[in-house]
Amino acid sequence: MSKTLEYPFTAAKVRSLKLGHRVCVSGLIFTGRDKFHRYLFQGGKSPVNLADGAIFHAGPVMARKHGKWVVLSAGPTTSARMDSYMPRLIEQHKIRVIIGKGGMSDATRQACAKHGCVYLEAVGGAAVTVAQCVKDVCGVHLLAEFGEAEAVWALTVKGLRAVVAIDAMGRSLQKRVRQSSKRMLAKMLK
Amino acid sequence: MFSVRKSLWREHIFDLIRRTATDLPADVERAIRRAQLREKRGGNAWWVLGEILQNVKLARRHDAPLCQDTGTLSFYFIVPPGFDTNALVGATREAIAMATRAGYLRQNAIDPVSGVPYQTNVAPGSPVFSFRQGARKTVDARLIMKGGGSENVSAQYVLPDGELGADRDLEGVRRCILDAIWQAQGQGCAPGILGVCVGGDRASGYEHAKSQFLRKLNERSPNRTLARLEASVMWDANKLGVGPMGLGGRTTVFGVHIDALSRVPATYLVTVSYMCWALRRRGMLLGPEGGLKRWLY
Ligand code: SF4
Repeated sequence: MSKTLEYPFTAAKVRSLKLGHRVCVSGLIFTGRDKFHRYLFQGGKSPVNLADGAIFHAGPVMARKHGKWVVLSAGPTTSARMDSYMPRLIEQHKIRVIIGKGGMSDATRQACAKHGCVYLEAVGGAAVTVAQCVKDVCGVHLLAEFGEAEAVWALTVKGLRAVVAIDAMGRSLQKRVRQSSKRMLAKMLK
Repeated sequence: MFSVRKSLWREHIFDLIRRTATDLPADVERAIRRAQLREKRGGNAWWVLGEILQNVKLARRHDAPLCQDTGTLSFYFIVPPGFDTNALVGATREAIAMATRAGYLRQNAIDPVSGVPYQTNVAPGSPVFSFRQGARKTVDARLIMKGGGSENVSAQYVLPDGELGADRDLEGVRRCILDAIWQAQGQGCAPGILGVCVGGDRASGYEHAKSQFLRKLNERSPNRTLARLEASVMWDANKLGVGPMGLGGRTTVFGVHIDALSRVPATYLVTVSYMCWALRRRGMLLGPEGGLKRWLY
């Protein structure tokens, strides 16, 4: 039923994904949220190579076990908060995959279409399921500066499940639902 | 007299936090399961609810926080007459620090001025305490964890609201609640549960709206008029088609809890607190010696 998507996330792979279809993501991904996006937006140098990469809007709960970092819990956070930064970061850093929750704005949608990027909706709050998909914590960046939840964690995942909510043509599932529910609401409030 | 043994309290409250963070109340889990049966098999709404159910199971099995956002910690205590609350406050703070170190809570309290997270989640405004005096000899201790995603989509309306056509009556209240649900879309991790306060002021409105989450999902308002409104809003909300995570579907809300506070003549507020599917609520009754009597919910 679902398609697999493996790192590196090339333009061709990303463009083949269809709106509303489910995907299983495998390979390297980076977490990043409010502080990291703002940092990059203001011209900060990225500690990791984001080209053909995936950014995961998440602030995980981490723990150290036997001298190694492990993910206890890592669900997606609300992507809308990253909306004002996202279009520029997609363009400058060649990000191909965004994983988050709640959908993103028209500007981000258009940037996806222009530069070949997709937005994947992971299930909000399903943090243990995601943590189970993390096979390795490869590294962490900006930990001292941003703290554990906001740091950039490099993770190797296997079979992270999500729905294509914005495809590389810039179509958005959430936008459709927003419009149809608006019509319904108008009827109810007549 | 109540003999508070701090270490005993600390252990019980630690356990309360652990259970709240890692497991959903049975009524909420049941509601999710029922909702999944209503959705089209194989569709995205069905899939999302299935992922949620699996996540709940995994969290329970691995004793891990079921959502990484362990939220604002709101404690509601009902204490016997003459009870000294200081020891209880101290024990709760210590239990929170322990639970943070043990990985049951994320470092979730951040200093907005310096931007630095507090190490232990014990900070100004964290946790939130509410104390009430009861008539019984037992201590009723309840905890609600509410995450930021759902807090961000909560809303307060000042009636009349011309744009919504909401006047100062129950039809106006209905319009506000439905608007809040529509505005939230999937951003608050729908399907959601709504706590609504009609009346009150800016501060008490939000507080009272949030405390409605102490009710079980099927617990209707004792006020017949409000109970009817709860049912009608729930019915309408699920026709909106927002669905789980805003991807479309038949389930947009699991429950609607409405209550009213008195208002001053000049103000008519409707406060809608939006809770995500991850409604983490637990409670326990403690005996006079500090021993656990039973778990609530
Ligand atoms: S809204 Fe609720 S389920 Fe969603 S991420 Fe926040 S706490 Fe978790």
